[in-house]
Amino acid sequence: MSDSANNNGGFMEWLDERYPATKVWKEHIAEYYAPKNFNFWYFFGGLAMLVLVNQIVTGIWLTMSYDPTADGAFASVEYIMRDVNWGWLLRYMHSTGASAFFVVIYLHMFRAMLYGSYRAPRELLWIFGMIIYVLLMAEAFMGYLLPWGQMSYWGAQVIINLFSTVPFIGEELGIWIRGDYVVSGATLTRFFALHVVAVPIAILLMVFLHLVALHKVGSNNPDGIEIKANKDENGIPKDGIPFHPYYTVKDIMGVAGFLILFSLVLFFAPEMGGFFLEPPNFLPADSLTTPEHIAPVWYFTPYYAILRAIPSIAGSAFPGVVAMFLAIIMLFLLPWLDKSPVKSIRYRGWIYKLMLTLFVISFVVLGYLGVQAPTDALTLLARVMTFIYFLFFFAMPWYTKLDKTKPVPERVTH
Amino acid sequence: MSSETVEKIESVDLGRRRFLTATTAVVGAVGAAYVAVPFLGSWSPSKKAIAAGAPVEADISKLEVGQAIKVEWRGKSVIILRRDETMINTLKEIEPMLLDPASEALQQPAYAKNDYRSVNPDYLVLLSWCTHLGCSPTYTPEVTADWAGGFICPCHGSKFDMAGRVYNGMPAPSNMIVPPHQYLTDTQVLIGVDQGEKG
Repeated sequence: MSDSANNNGGFMEWLDERYPATKVWKEHIAEYYAPKNFNFWYFFGGLAMLVLVNQIVTGIWLTMSYDPTADGAFASVEYIMRDVNWGWLLRYMHSTGASAFFVVIYLHMFRAMLYGSYRAPRELLWIFGMIIYVLLMAEAFMGYLLPWGQMSYWGAQVIINLFSTVPFIGEELGIWIRGDYVVSGATLTRFFALHVVAVPIAILLMVFLHLVALHKVGSNNPDGIEIKANKDENGIPKDGIPFHPYYTVKDIMGVAGFLILFSLVLFFAPEMGGFFLEPPNFLPADSLTTPEHIAPVWYFTPYYAILRAIPSIAGSAFPGVVAMFLAIIMLFLLPWLDKSPVKSIRYRGWIYKLMLTLFVISFVVLGYLGVQAPTDALTLLARVMTFIYFLFFFAMPWYTKLDKTKPVPERVTH
Repeated sequence: MSSETVEKIESVDLGRRRFLTATTAVVGAVGAAYVAVPFLGSWSPSKKAIAAGAPVEADISKLEVGQAIKVEWRGKSVIILRRDETMINTLKEIEPMLLDPASEALQQPAYAKNDYRSVNPDYLVLLSWCTHLGCSPTYTPEVTADWAGGFICPCHGSKFDMAGRVYNGMPAPSNMIVPPHQYLTDTQVLIGVDQGEKG
């Protein structure tokens, strides 16, 4: 390595002979070339990492005062909120952070759908991202049990019973997951262990793999063009700019904007009118009384609405459960369902634009329906929206081929 | 490279090497599967949880007509309802609206597979556990123009009649469960043990 800055026999040279510090810095930051036409939608990957750090740090501090037992959990959360110095702030940072995580991740995923970022050669990058999303849902679900409030308890009850609907082995499977005949202290302690140790390790590993895959293939961009196809005489993409300082500085601006919004929620509406922390969760868990109306936290409600929309078939609630999981599995398959010759929505025809709009509408409406008590009219609406949700995926191989696309430019535009 | 080394490399029995590698890997995998047993098994209910799931006795001597009590068994609530004459009579009337009026599905012990889904028509012993996703249906006895009285699940709106039989078109796929139980005396019910079995 003939880097003049490191040839003075100083600390960096000593370090670089033992650890590839400068090499990694150059390859992944200072000389990592990203497309120069990133827009607003490219803030959310970095923001997701920021929120992840927030969750880990506040989570570690919360475990210092939390008591993961059926007798002590609810009281210890109240203790954190009232008696622990700054406990209220740490707890609200963690609970608001959970919702912020999903806001950021949903926008990050939508970006990929706008610009075809899941398309070849980024299929594995997308799969790793989807695995992170599923792990995140598991993490959020288990975390929601820990305050041991009524909604914690009955939410967990309902979700674990999804597994009990599996034919033949369901009943035993449910008991095995709970470690008891109902959700109990045994369930709480194992969820605590998974929430604070096992799942975070898995998430960190997957984030690492996600980044390794990203840096192998390079970022997509709003034009959906491979910038590596146009390199200058030094082998640097003509449409690329070094990640540092250009995008580090740009991301700092995004972070500032995000933190302003995050703080507004954190300090003025940490419960977000019952959407981030639901009212029944301020009552301790009671295995003998179900709250009036059970709804999961907002980020799960689209899938929950799909679950409820599917009627029981042949005496089994299993089809609804299958539909719910299928709704998530379909996202995994996106790279192979999309047959369009172009990646970015900028060069796609009206059919994809219409379908994506309908998909977003179905997702949002299902999300709304998931928090409402079911009535006949709403169930019908949920069925229509479920149909549209799946139509977007199942019909994709055909309509993306039929769609009239525009010519893609050689170089990125602004 | 000397000719001796070349001979040595050629004399390596690749088939044997592959066989040994494969068998070692298989034995290792079997070992790993056995190691998984304690980890997976540790999630099943502990001895303590099983002991807490033991049968419970309920005293029904003070139950008024039309009144229901809840008893805790295995952490779930069991409803014991003393039905009045009208409630028993409506059971027959609403049968066309039910999914499984004759209780064909095995949601009750054989001794409760009858028109009342109970040993004694006056008393209904029912697991307060919605067969959809396990919420606890609310006892709603007030009769209105379109409601004959029964149980309504607060989670997804499943409706059950005064014998815990599910109405047609509900999210719940089957009737509510009648748990195993037996009458020790006229006013003592033991929940968790079938009729004729030792508690």
